[in-house]
Amino acid sequence: MSVITYRQALRDTLRAEMLRDEDVFLIGEEIGVFEGSYKITEGLLKEFGERRVRDTPIAEEGFVGTAIGAAMLGLRPVVEVMTINFSLLAIDQIVNHAAKVYGMFGGQTSVPMVIRTPGGGGQQLGATHSQNIELFYSFIPGLKVLAPSGPADAAAMLRAAIRDNDPVLLLENLGLYNSKGEVPEDDEPVAEIGRAAVSREGSDITLIGYSRMASVATQVAQSLAEEDISVEVIDLRSLRPLDRETIVESVCKTGSAVIAEDDWLTYGIGAEIAATIQEGAFDFLDAPVRRVAMAEVPLPYAKPLESAALPSAESVTTAVKETLNAVGRRVG
Amino acid sequence: MTDIHMPRLSDTMEEGVISSWVKKVGDKVEPGDILVEIETDKAVMEHEAYDEGYLVKQSVSEGDTVPIGAVIGVLGDSPDAEVAEESDATAAPAGEATGETPASQPAAGEATDGRAPGREAEESAPASSGEPAPATPPSPDGGPRPRTSPLARRLAREYGLDITTIQGSGPKGRVVRADIEAAAKEQRERPAPEAEAEHAPAERAPVSESTTGGTHDEVRGSEEVTVSNIRKVIARRLLEAKQTVPHFYLRRTIEAEALRAFRAQVNEQLESTGNKVSFNDLIVKACATALRLHPEVNASWVDDRLLVHRRINVGVAVAVPEGLVVPVLHDADKTPLSEIATKSRDLAERARDGKLKPPDMSGGTFSVSNLGMYGMDSFSAVINPPEAAILAVGAMRQEPVVRDGEVVARNTINLELSVDHRAVDGAVGAAFLKELAEILEEPMRIIL
Repeated sequence: MSVITYRQALRDTLRAEMLRDEDVFLIGEEIGVFEGSYKITEGLLKEFGERRVRDTPIAEEGFVGTAIGAAMLGLRPVVEVMTINFSLLAIDQIVNHAAKVYGMFGGQTSVPMVIRTPGGGGQQLGATHSQNIELFYSFIPGLKVLAPSGPADAAAMLRAAIRDNDPVLLLENLGLYNSKGEVPEDDEPVAEIGRAAVSREGSDITLIGYSRMASVATQVAQSLAEEDISVEVIDLRSLRPLDRETIVESVCKTGSAVIAEDDWLTYGIGAEIAATIQEGAFDFLDAPVRRVAMAEVPLPYAKPLESAALPSAESVTTAVKETLNAVGRRVG
Repeated sequence: MTDIHMPRLSDTMEEGVISSWVKKVGDKVEPGDILVEIETDKAVMEHEAYDEGYLVKQSVSEGDTVPIGAVIGVLGDSPDAEVAEESDATAAPAGEATGETPASQPAAGEATDGRAPGREAEESAPASSGEPAPATPPSPDGGPRPRTSPLARRLAREYGLDITTIQGSGPKGRVVRADIEAAAKEQRERPAPEAEAEHAPAERAPVSESTTGGTHDEVRGSEEVTVSNIRKVIARRLLEAKQTVPHFYLRRTIEAEALRAFRAQVNEQLESTGNKVSFNDLIVKACATALRLHPEVNASWVDDRLLVHRRINVGVAVAVPEGLVVPVLHDADKTPLSEIATKSRDLAERARDGKLKPPDMSGGTFSVSNLGMYGMDSFSAVINPPEAAILAVGAMRQEPVVRDGEVVARNTINLELSVDHRAVDGAVGAAFLKELAEILEEPMRIIL
């Protein structure tokens, strides 16, 4: 074990996978000479050369399509889309090609491609560069969408994504790149795709999040523990496939749930989770399921407005306490 | 017209004192306005209005104490709205309503087993006992449904409580788990209505006389004994079982030599742990094993429907000072024998100490009653609805039996299975009892 950043965990895993399998190559904007806008590919051009670390023009549809073709012919491309916002320029390739090829061509070829891309607001990047649109991809059968919330998961999920034979979107987060945590030094474990984690056990209420909000949820649970409130935290980890079982099991135990999501409330990931809960745990619910999400506005640039629009530890804490009050736990 | 109820302001609060009315009769009230200050066991707290309207009645005067759920005031649409008769401060608090509530009969399949006072006790109270109607009578003609959480509804069914009589403490009066658990606790701890009557003021005495038909019988020299709620529940449930469940009985004698040897061997293995397995534990586990092989006996006949239960939850009848309770070993088929032993010992101890919780006694799918320790050869047990069968176990005795043409002494146990013929036919019951007997005679199969 060593304590490293989320960024370092991704970089080390990319390198290890490139050493492990010659078919793995990287493609994207500014990942080679510039070593990545967020420095995830630092040093890799130098080590592996231009054949395996390919800088591209600013043309998302083109390089994602290129990667799909390479994957169909047996390579294992890892595409960096600079932020998830730019994936919109490649959405036809992702949705209509990557996700469909295996099924539409009768299983003749799979598409073992990974798209790494960060989402997340809070960096004062303005409305078009701060979105959380992982929902678009989580909606599509044929894609897998993973959302690690810490360095160890980032490594294990990237490894799993590269080794998986289907197209996987690995959702990173701008606000998490510098977060630190313990990561095993060898190239294990490989994450199980489609498995959520109970990242903290508790008995009073279930708090569900993914990516940055899973990490916020853990902080909230830690601080509420000091007030003698026992919060069970579920990190979804995989948005598609979704681990409904773990969610339902937890809510059956606690009787109430709050979902924290970094996307917009209306039609968001939380809506799917809430539906899952009422389908699976209806008779165990003691209070309505609460969702905490972004304000329904294009994210403002101004710092105070941006902060106000994003879900925070405070807003999650309030929702948890209000839900507990509704089930007769009188908390502050 | 909206009733204002005494709210539950703390977990331990049972009643509250109206410290002072902030709103006067005729005052306009907006949601969030402070209506009244209430003194609880902990503090004086402000109570806000949830609805808008005019305060048309202060049902409880300043300084008076009323239980949680009692109506303390009434909001109307206009300052001079007429106050309906039933909105009265003397209305019964949550959980003590005695009226019939047809909208909420619990399904028979959810009925609780050997349970201390549940809704049965409420029903047994005469409708004419002079108790007023519940504070918020559930409306059988489609009035507003009380707000209840799904969990609260499920728990109310499991506890055998009528949720419409329970006052909710959640937002807008929603009944939540905490309210059900409080009501269940209250039911358990509340003395029987007759016992209450004895301590009640003198004017209540005639009621007690008239409903019991006199407490003294000179000819027989009888004296009425105050009975507990648990006794009443037993009486009601057993009457119901004998009247509505068509019992038939199957008998079989098993040879217990192998069982004795097996028990000795198991207990030798367990010696270092301090745990010990009783014959009853072996029989419970054997029943679970046999039920796994004959799931059609692990069933319930409920309202013209046959339910076959996936889980095997074996109840064990335990004699307690007040009568009889049947704590349940849930998933007995999946529980190791040593754990059956520790669990059943713990349940029996808690049963005798009166510390069983409703979940300990609910969900049974089959029962075992053992009077062997009282030296009974055999007996016919009464089925514990909604279960489909109960096994009566007699004492182990040395009896002469014929083996290979010779009469030899062998330890034997008489088993008698009482079966609900609606759910299980004779041949099916017989196949089960045969399997059970063979398991007990070849006891290694108990743990396989």
